Amino acid sequence: MNKTDEKLLNNVLDNDIQEADSYNIRKNGKSIDRKTNPYIDIISKEDGSGIDIYVKENTLFGIIDIPVIITESGLKDIVYNDFHIGKNSNVIIVAGCGIHNNDKHDSVHDGIHRFYLEENSKVKYIEKHYGSGKGKGKRILNPVTEIEMKKGSIMTMDSTQIKGVDSTLRVTKAVLDEDTTLVVNEKILTHNKQYAKTDFVVTLNGKNASCHVTSRSVATDESYQEFTSNIVGNNKSFAHVECDAIIQDKASVKAIPEIYANDIDANLIHEAAIGKIAGAQLMKLMSLGLSEKEAEETIINGFLK
Amino acid sequence: MLELIDISFKRDNKQILDKINLKLDENKFYVITGPNGSGKSSLAKIVMGIEKPDSGKIIFNGVDITDKSIDERAKLGISFAFQQPVSFKGLTVYDLLKIAVNKEITRNNACDILSKVGLCALNYVDREVNNSLSGGELKRIEIASVMARNPKLAIFDEPEAGIDLWSFQNLTNVFKQIQEQSKGITLVISHQERILNIADQIILLEDGKIKKVGSKNIMMNIIFKEETCCKGVNICE
Repeated sequence: MNKTDEKLLNNVLDNDIQEADSYNIRKNGKSIDRKTNPYIDIISKEDGSGIDIYVKENTLFGIIDIPVIITESGLKDIVYNDFHIGKNSNVIIVAGCGIHNNDKHDSVHDGIHRFYLEENSKVKYIEKHYGSGKGKGKRILNPVTEIEMKKGSIMTMDSTQIKGVDSTLRVTKAVLDEDTTLVVNEKILTHNKQYAKTDFVVTLNGKNASCHVTSRSVATDESYQEFTSNIVGNNKSFAHVECDAIIQDKASVKAIPEIYANDIDANLIHEAAIGKIAGAQLMKLMSLGLSEKEAEETIINGFLK
Repeated sequence: MLELIDISFKRDNKQILDKINLKLDENKFYVITGPNGSGKSSLAKIVMGIEKPDSGKIIFNGVDITDKSIDERAKLGISFAFQQPVSFKGLTVYDLLKIAVNKEITRNNACDILSKVGLCALNYVDREVNNSLSGGELKRIEIASVMARNPKLAIFDEPEAGIDLWSFQNLTNVFKQIQEQSKGITLVISHQERILNIADQIILLEDGKIKKVGSKNIMMNIIFKEETCCKGVNICE
């Protein structure tokens, strides 16, 4: 790995990869390094389309890093990563993607991540997206996350896209059984002419299934963001979707909420708010001595923290 | 010293303030009172720079601050506690106090500041300054953010509103502490008799004009005997 690779890795991983219990690094469409242990195995798919990650039953506190880095301009990389999380296990999965594009061709990474959570398992999934490089070629990321949650399982998904990604279409689909909880925290900052669309489709099939989606986004310059959520409650269930966006300059944000209750005890809530930074917030911070620009930065950094 | 010279302010074709002239001395506690709509809050906001007067001058410690921005005035030592505290998604109480103090402070320092406004500090430093806090809690954090700045001119816009179970005694103690620390000017917008009672000077505003300025003893008699009381001054409440 060269310095660019290391910088990309640092930007998409919060932890030191060497400290992970298992990891797989994919660079320019190929696995270049891998570590496994007796509890968390990583196996390449026979057709070469991706990897299967197997977490054994009752595995506690495992950390798995699955970063992807792309430095080849013009590369279109599609990968299928399937996570099989055994009963009663508890793992943290970090799966960021960084694209460095210094040339004129578009670089694309479509990561399809499928999660199969067995009964009473627990997953914290952290996904960071980052783009760098001065080339005219676009940095395009289209992540798909599909989640199947068995009885009593819990999944938290933190997804962050703060810098440098020109275009993204992120789709998250989840099907929840009895007594399951899905928490999604999404943070997006777009600038220049970037485009970001996120789409959540969550089906609450089991009794007491619950889903909490919080999306905080900032759109600046001439960027465009679209947030769609479609939550279906087929049983006694709970969902709370909150979409908050700050717009600046000539940016646009569109939020499309859809909640669909098929059961009298399905309690589904969608809140969406889009607007510029509140004048009162700026005034308060300025009254504490910050300039208008510093106040704006403080509000946005806090909002996306 | 704060000096307001011929301050006038018009909004929506209504004269909110009409040629206000005032001189406020250091180490004194002033309360501006008057009926609803008399221009009290507008006057306070004009001093902080939140509103711009249509005419007139504001001189603070010899410096003409009329055209200075809010942050420039803050750096000169003016601080303002908003009537409706502002909430922030993502900013914690600790973050806000660090900004207010304008230097790195420890969590213990932040706790000390919070305990002065009666908040059990450890429960609050890491809370976000958002609507998960009650109106009373937000109000006390607002007051704490002003205390943290050790201001030469501290302005409080109706500090008693929504102060919940925290007693007035504590609020008046806060004012005393600020005064003792900074030896500056404290300017409070209030209807409340108990706050009027601790004033060195009371300024009675009516229809955008100063009706009378005087010491507490003189002014309390006037205010309570005046018919204005029943026209809408909430002293009666």
